Amino acid sequence: MTGFVDTDQLVSWGRVLRARHDLARPAFLDELPALLHAGAASTGKVLAGGLRRSYGDSCLNADGALIDVSALDRFIAFDPATRLLTAEAGVSLAQVLACAIPRGFFLPVTPGTKFVTLGGAVANDVHGKNHHGAGTFGRWVRALTLLRSDGSHRELTPEDESGLFAATIGGLGLTGVIATVTVELQPISSSHMATETIPFANLGEFFRLARDSDAAHAYSVAWIDCLASGDDLGRGLLTLADHAAEGPLEVAGRQGPSIPFDFPEIALNRYSIAAFNRLYHYAGAAKAGRRVVSYDPYFYPLDAIRNWNRLYGRRGMYQYQSLVPPEAAPEATREMLRTIARAGTGSFLAVLKTFGAVASPGLLSFPREGTTLALDFPNRGPETLALLSRLDAIVREAKGRLYPAKDGRLPPDLFHAGYPAAERFAQHVDPGISSSFWRRMQS
Amino acid sequence: MSHSPLRVLILGATSGIAEVTARLYAAEGARLVLAGRNAARLQAIAADLRLRGASAVDIAQIDFVRDDARQAWLGLLATHGAFDHVLIAYGVLGDQPTAEQDSAAAESIMAANFTSPAQWSLAVAEDFERRGSGSLVVLGSVAGDRGRRANYVYGAAKAGIAALIEGIAHRFAGKGPRAVVVKPGPTDTPMTAGMKKGGPLWATAEQVAVIVRRAADKGGPVQYAPARWRLVMLIVRLIPSAIFNKMNL
Ligand SMILES: Cc1cc2nc3c(=O)[nH]c(=O)nc-3n(C[C@H](O)[C@H](O)[C@H](O)COP(=O)(O)OP(=O)(O)OC[C@H]3O[C@@H](n4cnc5c(N)ncnc54)[C@H](O)[C@@H]3O)c2cc1C
Ligand SMILES: NC(=O)c1ccc[n+]([C@@H]2O[C@H](COP(=O)([O-])OP(=O)(O)OC[C@H]3O[C@@H](n4cnc5c(N)ncnc54)[C@H](OP(=O)(O)O)[C@@H]3O)[C@@H](O)[C@H]2O)c1
Repeated sequence: MTGFVDTDQLVSWGRVLRARHDLARPAFLDELPALLHAGAASTGKVLAGGLRRSYGDSCLNADGALIDVSALDRFIAFDPATRLLTAEAGVSLAQVLACAIPRGFFLPVTPGTKFVTLGGAVANDVHGKNHHGAGTFGRWVRALTLLRSDGSHRELTPEDESGLFAATIGGLGLTGVIATVTVELQPISSSHMATETIPFANLGEFFRLARDSDAAHAYSVAWIDCLASGDDLGRGLLTLADHAAEGPLEVAGRQGPSIPFDFPEIALNRYSIAAFNRLYHYAGAAKAGRRVVSYDPYFYPLDAIRNWNRLYGRRGMYQYQSLVPPEAAPEATREMLRTIARAGTGSFLAVLKTFGAVASPGLLSFPREGTTLALDFPNRGPETLALLSRLDAIVREAKGRLYPAKDGRLPPDLFHAGYPAAERFAQHVDPGISSSFWRRMQS
Repeated sequence: MSHSPLRVLILGATSGIAEVTARLYAAEGARLVLAGRNAARLQAIAADLRLRGASAVDIAQIDFVRDDARQAWLGLLATHGAFDHVLIAYGVLGDQPTAEQDSAAAESIMAANFTSPAQWSLAVAEDFERRGSGSLVVLGSVAGDRGRRANYVYGAAKAGIAALIEGIAHRFAGKGPRAVVVKPGPTDTPMTAGMKKGGPLWATAEQVAVIVRRAADKGGPVQYAPARWRLVMLIVRLIPSAIFNKMNL
């Protein structure tokens, strides 16, 4: 198939799944229609992907065609008056920041890594630490161009009445290839963040603190010590932050070390998990008290170590991110932490955040009002899967949902229970497009 | 240089290596002229470079094989004035087996990789010599260092352009202008799109671009990208043909 190269062992960020793909990496937008057509015609299933920062199988298309759009990374236009940035879908958030910060602008919403493409940010309708005020990334998308496998080309805006815009935001790449994205940036007067970190002794205190302080700050997120149990269960630190009112407009340029190979699994134990937790903790703004730090260590502490996912060894890791509605949140969160503490396997990172009531624009958007808990687990095979199933039961009971971007094993019934709009969404899926995740959800 | 922006001409600006190099120039605030045959692609690159900091970007539609080099060069000078740096980046890999049987196919490889860039280099050299300044950087290839069955028509053309640039550098010695041939190893760009990549032999366009950009300012007339290829190619050139013939390259 012209333009595609047979590529085995392609992995997503979790490195658990390895799959063969026909892989294409176009350099220009004008190559997309032919690739989409060829991919759909010859394998019957094609998928567009970005920087593969999704952990599970939603950015993979095993034994099918994958169009990696990360080389479609050109800016098209920026108008400071309207704050609208238009760019090819492969532009990374890191590139957006490099362009926007010197001009006094910032991303409206950012996930915990800047090595994510605009297309990926749209297709997972990503959220950040400002969800309680700003909502999801998709809320700031003003226009999209979408290519479908039948050769058609759609300009979509939030006013779209066909439902295709709402299906594409958070649509996991299944509605077509996103070619360009127009997003509204937010103005900033400094690239520094004014942060305040407050320790809390247990979960009850977290919920109280978050309720009382989130509204007054743009950003809020908590880090939980997963190794704590008993009276200390849910002990952690809440970090509140705002863009500083004064300071430089500086793009952070530091390039950290890289993990050149898979760590041996022996390197990963209770002590290294604890050590990593502390490292993460201090690399970020998470020391108790007030501090002013650059946006980069605040938003992207893990980006300082490239390929940090290799620390988890060859078998990789699972991320597990759940969301439970407000009424069920305290009890379900407590139960999940208790289950993890009992299993004793620990989690490198445990992040807790309260999502606000701002509605998400996508049919399959993950965020809605409630509490989200994100966890990392080294893959230890059946033992890990059993723990995750126990967590599934808690989420199911709480009428919650899991984030497909994070998870390569989310059970289909839990997906359908968590996303009642999935059926409506399915009507907008491009018949030439599929993914490993989507096929698994149909089975 | 810090006062007035660098004036840079890039020939073959849609090339993967050239575009990343252009981004480095844009970040310095340079004024760029992008030349190539695909106007729509050049426009897309130009819009991007403006947002990446270039103080001005113009495009010039030129087919380097079809159009006369000297005339096109004089046209560019008339429209844009003098250039501080000229980068010649276009090239085609071609298909070796076809080139062995079809003289038109062989001819087009030789034209795109030797005849045309040689003519352009001679035209640019004349202007630089007269002005007593300017940096000419041309992309060669490690494939020009020793002919091998997989791509020796391409390799021969790259060997030719390397000798020509070395000659121009010699001519420039002590007079002010610079001429450099940069020889990349296998690089992940559209030129190598059909190949399996990864492993220690492969470089990214970003790695090569940093060397290309620096070559305009300093270093000798022949530079390798990444630099380790200098030693590798020295060894490759020293392998006796009795052994070389048995190697599957
Ligand atoms: C360290 C780390 C921290 C993270 N923190 C957060 C966080 O705080 N919040 C959050 O929401 N997420 C977070 N994520 C997840 C990440 O933001 C998402 O997985 C994001 O979608 C990845 O984008 P990508 O460019 O890597 O796309 P990929 O992972 O390659 O693809 C993601 C999805 O987008 C689709 N897609 C990509 N490009 C296109 C396109 N051009 N057209 C159509 N479909 C396309 C793919 O098909 C796939 O379904 C984090 C990930 C990491 C590694
Ligand atoms: N990639 C490698 O592994 C590698 C290794 C060693 C050396 N090099 C050399 O590095 C240079 C850049 O290569 P690259 O990898 O960046 O390749 P690339 O992305 O394939 O770019 C080659 C460019 O040359 C242009 N071109 C070819 N013939 C032309 C003509 N007649 N008129 C106008 N433009 C023409 C093409 O323009 P269109 O878009 O219009 O076709 C294309 O933009 C080349 O000289 C190449 O030989 C590359």
